[in-house]
Amino acid sequence: MKVSMTVNGKATERDVEPRMLLVHFLRDELGLTGANIGCDTTQCGSCTIHLNGTAVKSCTVLAVQADGTSITTIEGLAQNGNLHPMQQAFWDKHGLQCGFCTPGMIMAATKLAAGNPHLTDEEIRHGLEGNLCRCTGYENIVRAVKAGAQAMAGGD
Amino acid sequence: MYPPKFDYYRADSVDEAVALMGQHGGKFIAGGHSLLPVMKMRLADPGVLIDIGRIDGLRGITRSGNSFRIGALTTHATVAAYDDRHFPDALKHAAGMIGDPQVRNRGTVGGNVAHADPASDLPTVFLALGATFHIAGANGARSVHAANFFTGLFETALAENEVLTAVEVPAEGIENGSAYAKLFNPASRYAMVGACANITVSLTGECTACSVAVGGLTPKATAAPSVGAALVGKQLTDDNIAAAAALVLNDLGGDVMGDIHASAEYRRQMAPVFVGRALTLAGHRAGWVARLQKNVKDVAGDVLEEIERRLRK
Ligand SMILES: Cc1cc2nc3c(=O)[nH]c(=O)nc-3n(C[C@H](O)[C@H](O)[C@H](O)COP(=O)(O)OP(=O)(O)OC[C@H]3O[C@@H](n4cnc5c(N)ncnc54)[C@H](O)[C@@H]3O)c2cc1C
Ligand code: FES
Ligand code: FES
Repeated sequence: MKVSMTVNGKATERDVEPRMLLVHFLRDELGLTGANIGCDTTQCGSCTIHLNGTAVKSCTVLAVQADGTSITTIEGLAQNGNLHPMQQAFWDKHGLQCGFCTPGMIMAATKLAAGNPHLTDEEIRHGLEGNLCRCTGYENIVRAVKAGAQAMAGGD
Repeated sequence: MYPPKFDYYRADSVDEAVALMGQHGGKFIAGGHSLLPVMKMRLADPGVLIDIGRIDGLRGITRSGNSFRIGALTTHATVAAYDDRHFPDALKHAAGMIGDPQVRNRGTVGGNVAHADPASDLPTVFLALGATFHIAGANGARSVHAANFFTGLFETALAENEVLTAVEVPAEGIENGSAYAKLFNPASRYAMVGACANITVSLTGECTACSVAVGGLTPKATAAPSVGAALVGKQLTDDNIAAAAALVLNDLGGDVMGDIHASAEYRRQMAPVFVGRALTLAGHRAGWVARLQKNVKDVAGDVLEEIERRLRK
């Protein structure tokens, strides 16, 4: 079946099996391997992307369901060679160790932070309930998201 | 993990969905957040999926008269963010307790109740609120009351070829309060025990009506009439609430479920605790004084509406 969508601002079209998951479409058809497959059971959030502006887990969406939508992946966040403020904050605050969860964390965090420059620790922990990290113990992730939220609003 | 192979059709209207189902059989897919996981685990292999996720008119919440109509495709995130002081608090908060933000962005109210997972939150809430389910099928439309909608483990009154179009819940007035309390599965966030209380109080704070339902521990959402009956006519004191909540054990039936996450006995012990919490919270939300504390401006609006309503009568 033919599906077309706008991915990171670029129009794409492919002929796919109806059972192809969106995460496989992004990784295997488009070569966008930023969204990772961790649990494959909608728990870990490492496959999180933006679908029409909301954060969703792409391991639990069919590519055919995303036909005609607009998708942003971690690869689409940086602009003109500059990291997105949330990416920069993860770098600055050491919000990652192995990095496997990071693309999903950042995609969830950018939505959490949009319009909320002053997130509390609790809001961040609650808002990232859908994302698991096996390395950091979350402490630096919370710091990174807090700083990233402020930077997104224009402050530092 | 690919799901098993299937043929895929997309419906642009409810009529088309019903017709496609008549022609090809299979299963409807809305958000896919219950169906795709079970297909990936090979627990379901419907062969045909009919995508109803794009049907216009099945999405969103509208107020009509004294009730709210929630389109079947409305996401949990939309319900949790819905801002209207007459919208039932229990429903708004239960929707916000489902899974995690990403799940709430994709999962739909219709899919949640049609799937009727015993660990789901919304069936319990809709039962306590006395919701009405609007259904479309080949022979036209029909409506089913919550008491008759949930028929068993993963079973509802929906026939294979029927589409749930909307769920309707009564608006909350000044004298009403509702709340949902949940013992979370710490990993999945599903309910191990969920309790919903829907209370009406008089001007003097006496409970005049009380509807309670529980889920998570029984095969389907289960009404607890013993609890309500024990509270009606009484003040909502801690002692009265605790005594009434304990009676939920009379209403659970013989089929309390346990698993690796929590034994049946543990869940049974927790049922009165969570019923008590839901009653307490609902009690705090009901009544003029409670509403006044919540928001003076809202109450001024409520008082004016109430006066208008009485004048019209
Ligand atoms: C990680 C995770 C955590 C979750 N945690 C919770 C939780 O804490 N509490 C909770 O309540 N739920 C939870 N859920 C379930 C979630 O709420 C689902 O989104 C919901 O149960 C199904 O909605 P859907 O739109 O995704 O349905 P789908 O998966 O698309 O469909 C589910 C079933 O309903 C049928 N169906 C769907 N829509 C209709 C309709 N309009 N008419 C007729 N039949 C229809 C389908 O044919 C299918 O059989 C969780 C899910 C995941 C993946
Ligand atoms: S891979 Fe999608 S949630 Fe884990
Ligand atoms: S940094 Fe390794 S899983 Fe999060």
